[in-house]
Amino acid sequence: MPVDIDIAKVARLARIGLDAEELERYGAQLGDILEHAGRVQALDTDGVPPTAHPLPMVNALRSDEVEPSLERDEVLAQAPEREGPYFRVPAFLEDEA
Amino acid sequence: MTDLADLSIAEAGRRLRSGEVSAADLLEAVRRRATMSEAQLHAFLTLDTEAAAEAAEAADEALARGEDHGPLHGIPVALKDNMVTRGVETTASSRILAGYRPPYDATVVERLRAAGAILVGKTNLDEFAMGSSTENSAYGPTRNPWDPERVPGGSSGGSAASVSVGSSFAALGSDTGGSIRQPAALCGIVGMKPTYGLVSRYGLIAFASSLDQIGPLTRTVEDSVTVFEAIAGHDPADATSYRGDVPDVRAALEGGVEGLRIGVVQEFSGEGYEADVEEDFRRVVGLLEGAGAEIVEISLPSVEYALSAYYLIAPAECSANLARFDGVRYGLREEGASVEQMMAATRRDGFGPEVTRRILLGTYSLSAGYYDAFYGQAQKVRTLVARDFAAAYERVDALVSPTSPTTAFPLGAKTADPLAMYLSDVCTLPSNLAGDPAISVPTALDRSGLPIGFQVLAPTLGEPVMFRVARAVEALAGFDARPGLATSEGAA
Repeated sequence: MPVDIDIAKVARLARIGLDAEELERYGAQLGDILEHAGRVQALDTDGVPPTAHPLPMVNALRSDEVEPSLERDEVLAQAPEREGPYFRVPAFLEDEA
Repeated sequence: MTDLADLSIAEAGRRLRSGEVSAADLLEAVRRRATMSEAQLHAFLTLDTEAAAEAAEAADEALARGEDHGPLHGIPVALKDNMVTRGVETTASSRILAGYRPPYDATVVERLRAAGAILVGKTNLDEFAMGSSTENSAYGPTRNPWDPERVPGGSSGGSAASVSVGSSFAALGSDTGGSIRQPAALCGIVGMKPTYGLVSRYGLIAFASSLDQIGPLTRTVEDSVTVFEAIAGHDPADATSYRGDVPDVRAALEGGVEGLRIGVVQEFSGEGYEADVEEDFRRVVGLLEGAGAEIVEISLPSVEYALSAYYLIAPAECSANLARFDGVRYGLREEGASVEQMMAATRRDGFGPEVTRRILLGTYSLSAGYYDAFYGQAQKVRTLVARDFAAAYERVDALVSPTSPTTAFPLGAKTADPLAMYLSDVCTLPSNLAGDPAISVPTALDRSGLPIGFQVLAPTLGEPVMFRVARAVEALAGFDARPGLATSEGAA
């Protein structure tokens, strides 16, 4: 089954900035892989439940008690940019327009 | 005389306790081996020499006081670099995590330390564990100790090469579709993937969360049991961690195969399988039969679709897990006028081609309009694969197959063709879809002198029978060859 892929849209959803040549190359490779992987569509799965988890498990809950967490300064020390106790990022409100 | 670096954990432990050697001696032996082999192999990204020396000294002092932490006490062990280590650089072989010093230790790291193991360093892998050759590392490939022109397999290629050559006694790897078992096979060692949830994944940099599992790479089956026992068991920090008891894997280890029913998987043979691999597989099955096992032919019809399902499920989960690498909290950040531009530039420069390909693939197959046809359908196929396995285990105690269709291939042979590379995991990834344990044991060398792996698969929580059959395979096959690079002649 040939697969129709809007690769520029996929790259934008994935937040990976690719140029035209890269988009074309990845688009072609994805087409090949999906054509192979799309074989799963040939199987009759009527009434088959999807596997969400390999073992039968219910929610893992714990009691709501305060426990020590990671050292804030050690965590923030790994950030590309910080301001006091915060991660710092470029302005983003303009994006919303 | 056998060099200390070639001993099993069991034998090193005996000599340690008899006072014949010290933990410092064992560390010195693996360091010498690393010095001899690293320039050619590149198994390690980081060698944590100072901390290892202190830990070895502490291990010797503890033993002198009569404080024995068990079979891993004083044993040098390596970690795949996708397991976080507090304050020690952890990159998962990605440029996007260059320089990252995690603020905590993975649970497996804490458990190995508590068991007295000496952590010697962090091993190379395919970036974020995505690959089957360790060629996808941003820091250069690892090579195979049996032939440096060939790949060690992957993605735990650094761990496999290190244990094979003797620059560690054991290593941890992670296995999402075969990433412990396939490199173990290609490097002539034992590699084991536990039942999903038996080993905590807290602190494992996630690739595909419903498939990932940490496990040991060792030179013997008994050593695999030892490391498995040290790392398995419930962890409240991992919500997917199994809450029942860890099965007793040591009691029946030497039980042999007499009276066991062992299934040969029909689908794992034929086109794409090397003649030497198939021939040795049949030889070992014959040995098992000779030792009293009943051999049964088993068909798992849906595994023909397992590879396809895997390459929809794993990239989908990877695209979600790797969303966290966005230049905000850790790792690389490239400049951008807006947050979105900063993220797009960071992720473009930070991820290599295979990771980019899988993120795009997963993003596509999860996106609106395609979910049911791809990801949803793959999850149903996964159920069919698990049902095929369950039906097989009604008839047999364990299944066997080759671990990989081929022995180690030359560097560059499959990098241009992602699908050809993916086929390298065709025998291993069904176990990840089913969540079941499986192990690869080296059984012979092919006509080019490259190791061949034999896989034993068992039902969920079937580790006792899996290890028992694996131990019998090891004893019957009698594989005891060592790679050229493990000897001074080979390195010269």
